[in-house]
Parts: sequence; C-alpha cells; structure tokens
Amino acid sequence: MSHGSPSSFKNPVINWIDTRLPIFTMLQKEYGTFPTPKNFNYLWSFGGIAMVMLTTMILTGIFLAMYYTPSTGHAFDSVERIMRDVNYGWLIRYIHMNGASLFFIAVYVHIFRGVYYGSYKAPRELLWILGVVILLLMMATAFMGYVLPWGQMSFWGATVITNLFSAIPVVGDKIVTWLWGGFSVDNPTLNRFFALHYLLPFVIFAVVFLHVAALHVSGSNNPTGIEPQTDKDTVPFHPYYTAKDCFALVLFLIFYALIVFYAPNALGDPDNYIPANPMVTPAHIVPEWYFLPFYAILRSFVWDIHIPFTSVVLISSKLGGVLLMFGSIVMLLLLPWLDRSKVRSAVFRPIYKKVFWLFVLDCLILGYIGGKPPEAPYVMIGQFATAFYFAFFLILSPLLPKYEKILPLPKSISEAVLKKS
Amino acid sequence: MAETPSPHAASDCCHDEERRDFLALTAGAMAGVGACCAAYPLIQSMNPAADVLALASTEVDLSQVKEGQSLTVVWRGKPVFIRRRTQAEINEARTAPMSDLKDPQKDEDRVKQSAFGGKDMPEWLVMVGVCTHLGCVPLGQKPTDPHGEFDGWFCPCHGSQYDSSGRIRKGPAPKNLEVPPYQFTDANHIKIG
Repeated sequence: MSHGSPSSFKNPVINWIDTRLPIFTMLQKEYGTFPTPKNFNYLWSFGGIAMVMLTTMILTGIFLAMYYTPSTGHAFDSVERIMRDVNYGWLIRYIHMNGASLFFIAVYVHIFRGVYYGSYKAPRELLWILGVVILLLMMATAFMGYVLPWGQMSFWGATVITNLFSAIPVVGDKIVTWLWGGFSVDNPTLNRFFALHYLLPFVIFAVVFLHVAALHVSGSNNPTGIEPQTDKDTVPFHPYYTAKDCFALVLFLIFYALIVFYAPNALGDPDNYIPANPMVTPAHIVPEWYFLPFYAILRSFVWDIHIPFTSVVLISSKLGGVLLMFGSIVMLLLLPWLDRSKVRSAVFRPIYKKVFWLFVLDCLILGYIGGKPPEAPYVMIGQFATAFYFAFFLILSPLLPKYEKILPLPKSISEAVLKKS
Repeated sequence: MAETPSPHAASDCCHDEERRDFLALTAGAMAGVGACCAAYPLIQSMNPAADVLALASTEVDLSQVKEGQSLTVVWRGKPVFIRRRTQAEINEARTAPMSDLKDPQKDEDRVKQSAFGGKDMPEWLVMVGVCTHLGCVPLGQKPTDPHGEFDGWFCPCHGSQYDSSGRIRKGPAPKNLEVPPYQFTDANHIKIG
C-alpha cells in the first residue's frame, strides 16, 4: 500500500488523509475504476438498492427508538404517540414500517436474479452463502421489529414463531422459556427483542461488508455468465454503473414513496392496531407477506412419522414442519453444489429457463397459500408447491444438466453484446 | 558457539515443536473454559428472573361457576381454562376409546381424584389454555364459541380439536392440553402452581 503510487488527489486535505489512511485510494479502486462487466441489465441494480434500504432502515430506526418504549404497558401507546404527536413521527414510522417490505422486495429480486444467472457458482459460493446469512439475519430482525408495536399480530406472531423451537426434542420447552425469559411472551421478551432489533442491523451491515468484499475479489457475474476476458468486456464502475444504479434507485424510491404516502397500511395487518391481548387469539394469524412462502412450507407437513411397526412418533407433524421450513433455507445454502451445470446463465439453458419460471411461480403460490387458512384445498395445494420447491433444488438442479442441451455460448461478453445490436 | 546447539537444529526442532503444540493446546483449552464461564451468566440472565418466578401461583374462587360454565384465569401470563363439566361431557370423555387418542391418557388422570376431603372432582377440569401446537388460545370457553367435533375446544390457528377432557383428537397439535399443578384448598377454591 505505502510503497505503491503515492496518493495524488487534487484536494490537499484528501491527499493528507490518504497518505496516512488510504481510504480514498481504496474507494477509487473499488467504486471508481473497478472494472465491471459492461452488459449488466437493471436486475443488477438491486444489490445497491438493498444497500440503500438497509441504510434507510437503520437511519429511521434510530429516530423511532428515541420515542419508542419497550414495555408491555407502554409500547402500543408509544407507537401511537409517534404517529400522532411526534413531529413527522408518522412519516418516519411509515418509512420504517414499509421499508421492511421494500427491503425484502429488493433482496428477493436480488436472490432470484442470482438463481437465474447462476451467480452462486464457483468462484462465488462463499459470496452467495454470505448473502443467505444476510437473508437469515434480515428475517430475524424483521420478525423482532414486528413484535415491537405490541399489537395482536405482534404478540401472536411472536408466540407462534417462538413456539416453533418447542418442537426440538427433549430441550425444546427449556429453550422456549429461555427465549421468553418467562412462561409466555411478556415484558422480558419485548425488552430483549428491542435490544436485538437494534443490534442485528449493524451485524447485517458487517456481513454486507464481507459480502461486498467477496464480490470485489471475484468480480460481478453478468447476464451471459461468462467471465470478462479483456478490457473490451468491462467498463469502470463510475460513472457507468453509478449512473445506471441511481436511475434504477430513483424508480424504486418513487414506488416506495407511493406506498408510504398513498397506501401505508396496505401491506400490514389491521389486527396489529388492536393492542396485544394474551387471552384472545385472533381468528386468523398470518405473518407479514415476506414470510408467507415459508409459513406455507411450515404448515404443509401434517403427518406424524412413526418408527415402523410401533406407535412411537419419530418426527411429529410439528417438528416436521419446522425442519421443512429451515430446510427450505438450507437448500439455498447448498445450491452452489446442488446445481451441477457448468454453464451459469439461464440464457443458454433452455429447459432450466422454464424450470426457473416455474420455481418463481411456485414461490408465489406458496406465498398465496401461506396467507390462507389451513383448510382444504389450500393445504393440499401447499403440499404440492412445497414438494416442487424441494424438487427444484434436490432433483432438477442436479439432474437437469445431464439431459439439457446447452445453446452455443458466445466467446466473450463483447461478442454477445455486439451480436445483439 | 560450537557447543551451544542452534535453536534451529533439526534434532531439536521437533522436540521443541511438540512442547509448543502442547502449550498451545492447553492454553487454548483453558481459554475455551474461560469463555464458557464468561458466557454462562450472560446466557443464564435470559432465563426467567426471580420476580417472574415469584408470580408462579394463583388462587381461584370457584363458587360462582355453575355446571356447564367455564372460567378463564391468568397464571404465569397464560390463560388457564377451568370448566365445570356436565355429566354428559364427563361420560363422553370417559367412554372415548383409547385407540382414538393421539396422546393416550384417561380422563380420570386429568382431574383430581380424592381431592378435598377425599372426594373425587370429575366435574372440575383445569387446563392451561394454550394449544400444544404453536401456542394459540383455543376457542370453546364461551357457549357461543366453536367446540370442534368432540364437544371440547377448537384452535382457530391450525385447526386442532380437543375433546371434553382437553385431549387432542384431531389436527396438528401433538399433545393434550396441559394440566397445571393445582390443588383444592377447600371445596370452592383452588390454588394453581
């Protein structure tokens, strides 16, 4: 570092800092001249958009925390006070509340883009795994954040989800008591959820840093899935992608603003404006929309598996559902090794391309089923959709490359780009 | 110089390295034990605090509850269902074939036998009103509530059905509604916990 080229910034202050701590050289290298494939489409903007959402959530969250009271007696009222009395409290809260949904939209697009273009394949496996870790942390953070207003859905969502851990054999009940800090979801639970909800976004920030650091080692994937070979295949990140990402971000923020100002409660559940009541369960408990597919997978397992020829239950339907739900995330973690195809991008995989869209449709069906009561015919549709979800990872991803005829690959990114135009 | 063996001499290196490995392992193990000791109070701090444990018992007056009526009280932050069952409900619970039960348990074992003054109390059913599936509060305490197919309780969350003894009969819940520890202090009062 020190024995490289000396810093040569025009601004003397920046120069002075950079010779002592080469932070501007680093920024210049990683975000200025960083060579980036020149054929990105707008799907590649969602990583940056997600980053902006994370920042927005942390920023608005800090201001909400200045007025929020994490106590069962005051939490609901303190949120209503933010809405009615605190200056611009309504705006900050609506930005934060809907920001969670928009953050998940950005991240889900980002993930599906990775699945379509094979961005998880070597040498980007660890980059992908860090991404799944971020998703898990986001889920935990969003879940605990939803508990804080202490409405009916907050309380009962917390009760149902923490009870999932009671499915663990032998120590399950002890773990649940430990999570609660009592014998039901109550004040100690609310307090610790607030503490963790404040902490986890910073942990996410740290993992995002690693995610981006790993990205800058391997470089970005691109729509062809072919690595850049010459300078002709790349452009500097700035101004090309800073400009493109900014345009995508503006469109995304317009969509975000429309929701915040015209339909701030459209994505929420009206039951959460009823204060929490431990004595009455709402008729229909549903998680937030971004958890619905996982909720559908959880509920699709309705059988007890017995040890053969005995009545001893090996896996109860409750444990089975929990295992399936966590398994659905494990599938994502294993995807780099489950997919045996040497070709990354779905553009050149005609069958995989169709299977991918079926997989997207399947996730949407799971989301729809997750929001419906557990009755016929929803349960059965959910079971088929769950079966397809796992088949995509465990059967189609490993076996498809054996039978699929790959379309001719272009020699380089620039050849592919020039052929198109 | 010639007498003093060099620390890098081949014969000496391996002996020394073994010693170093041993030191590194024991130091690492001690650090691990230390880390666990430091983590223990932090983890333990998340378990129920003394004041939470102190609120562990509740006394209930049953004198106002007539036959066929139910009462819901709070114990440890959870609802407790108390039902004074009708003779028909008791008969129904006692004649249910054991083979139909997912978590087989006799109705006699779920109520107080020879409680206050050596009397049986089959009409009083006391249970924690929390579904054993994922912790919702089942419906069935009010006459207008749905009672499921077995004249008991019905959980609206995932459709578990409990019979007139609070035993799981249908749906995803794995166990019967839990009977909390309780005793009759006199004919009209119970102490839960």
